[in-house]
Amino acid sequence: MTAGGVLLIGYGNPGRGDDGLGPALARRIEARALPGVTVEIDYQVTVDHALLIAGFGTVVFADAAVDAAGPFYFRKLDGGVLPDLGSHSVTPEAALALAGLLFGAAPQGFVLGLGGASFGAMAEGLSPTAADNLDRAEGFLLGWLCDRSLVGADGRLPA
Amino acid sequence: MTEPRLIEISPVTRVEGHGKVTIHLDRDNRVAEARLHIVEFRGFERFIRGRLLWEVPVIVQRLCGICPVSHHLAAAKAMDQIMGVDVLPPTAEKMRRLMHYGQVMQSHVLHFFHLSAPDLLFGFGAPAERRNIFEVIRQNPELGRRAVLMRQFGQEIIEATAGKKIHGTGAIPGGINRNLPIATRDRLLARVGEMEAWAMDALALARTYTLDHADLIRDFASFPSSHLSIVRKEDGALDLYHGAMRAIDATGAAIFDGLDYRDYHKVLVEDVRSWSYMKFPFIADLGPDDGWYRVGPLSRMNTASFIDTPLAGAAHRELRAVTGGAPNNATLTTHWARMIEVVHCVEKIAELLHDPDLQGTDLVAKGDRRAEGIGVIEAPRGNLIHHYRVDENDQVTFCNLIVSTTHNNEGMNRAVKDVAVRYLSGQDRITEGMLNHVEVAIRAYDPCLSCATHALGQMPLQVELFDATGALIDRAQRGA
Repeated sequence: MTAGGVLLIGYGNPGRGDDGLGPALARRIEARALPGVTVEIDYQVTVDHALLIAGFGTVVFADAAVDAAGPFYFRKLDGGVLPDLGSHSVTPEAALALAGLLFGAAPQGFVLGLGGASFGAMAEGLSPTAADNLDRAEGFLLGWLCDRSLVGADGRLPA
Repeated sequence: MTEPRLIEISPVTRVEGHGKVTIHLDRDNRVAEARLHIVEFRGFERFIRGRLLWEVPVIVQRLCGICPVSHHLAAAKAMDQIMGVDVLPPTAEKMRRLMHYGQVMQSHVLHFFHLSAPDLLFGFGAPAERRNIFEVIRQNPELGRRAVLMRQFGQEIIEATAGKKIHGTGAIPGGINRNLPIATRDRLLARVGEMEAWAMDALALARTYTLDHADLIRDFASFPSSHLSIVRKEDGALDLYHGAMRAIDATGAAIFDGLDYRDYHKVLVEDVRSWSYMKFPFIADLGPDDGWYRVGPLSRMNTASFIDTPLAGAAHRELRAVTGGAPNNATLTTHWARMIEVVHCVEKIAELLHDPDLQGTDLVAKGDRRAEGIGVIEAPRGNLIHHYRVDENDQVTFCNLIVSTTHNNEGMNRAVKDVAVRYLSGQDRITEGMLNHVEVAIRAYDPCLSCATHALGQMPLQVELFDATGALIDRAQRGA
């Protein structure tokens, strides 16, 4: 399958404090209406995302992270790993693998983990730390998306 | 003779939630006790206090990213009561039903194809590296592709009726805020025939598995219990959206029937136990020891007098015939029941899509304001109760939720104990395959522990092994 464009999936539960970091970032990027960038917001990544991501050349999964050493991290996903599935959600690696197995797609995948500090309570809104990390991650992602030396016209990273 | 041990499975894979299973072995390596612990605490009922009643059907979707539609609809039904509305306009009720059938269908499909199929196709004791969906897809790619496309169909219905896939706003107190445009109807109708054919194939797969493994299924986590659901008030038919409460005992005799679900609190009591944050509901008249019950697809097959759609109706009769019409208490038959409900949902979706009421414009009813509302539906995993009180400022002052996984708390614990005793007792060595048997029993209930306990993030469920002195001697820890 030949596909282009960048898909940003921001996921998490805004009703659980900093778990809403992924959707918060996605909403900011969506508001900018960047050409070639499609934004999807969900509670979590599920198997049906395989069909969606199969239509793109590059997929960025943005999620809150409990293990971020700094404000955020960004890493390329290893397409060679076939992880087990959770019951109701899947890892970004699994979604990519399913897209390949089921629909013959091979998008490049990246994870943008945004450091959160408050996950323990049912609460809306981000902690001050998370809000700051969101600003930083947004700046990074905007640069990454707009850097034409990184993202080609087809939405894929150069080899 | 060896030292008594305790096993802890951590986490149970392909199960959503944060909890753990502990298995205590005695000095002869026999299972002395096995429990499913929930280690998170409830917080949503407090979180919702002070919210305006109009917000509630939207906010409650944050309870669970898996079945937000179930919470959306149960809360909306409760708010209908507060608005004094007992009967919705036909367009509103049918749009809500369409939303619900889409949700149940896509939830069941995911569970069967992606979560249970590896166990069913390769065996519970198969090597872990083989027992996963990727291996299923390698052997039968069409199976995996259909599951994704059927799920997408369900999501499309949810989007068409609720407005969007997550945080839908379709159901509002007293009705619905949209109807179904003709173009959307036609787009869905164009695919419904294919969905029905695929649903029937899935049903055949589940049925064949169940009948071909009758000995295993008869003995695996099979134990007598009561069953509870709502059924259609007029005739006892399966009704996933609305009805009266019916509870039957293990012989099929009615414990109560035709009960207005607004009286649920008169018949159900929620027990608390020191070792779990999740409550244990039971039928008050029978007490905590005898009053526990199960809910979910298999329970609905047992409580429903019949199913009013032809294909699912025939399948229901066949399932009931396995036990001569008596309640089926074999946990693994739940997979067959789940696929019968998928067929039922697709049949109902087709029926509704042909109904011109979906294009009606009378969307909201009004009534005399009340201070209290209770909404009950049959969610994919079973009965779901939302109960609210609202003050004169329209703010929520009280909330009580009983979710399917909480209803099934005792049943899941019994299943864990049954399987642990059968497969782990007397063994010198606990293998990963043996532990998976415990997980298979839990997975059959498709528990959504994030919903029951309001945990967050990745919520692993663990299984640990302890000796009689309380020392942890083994732990099954998988990637979360």
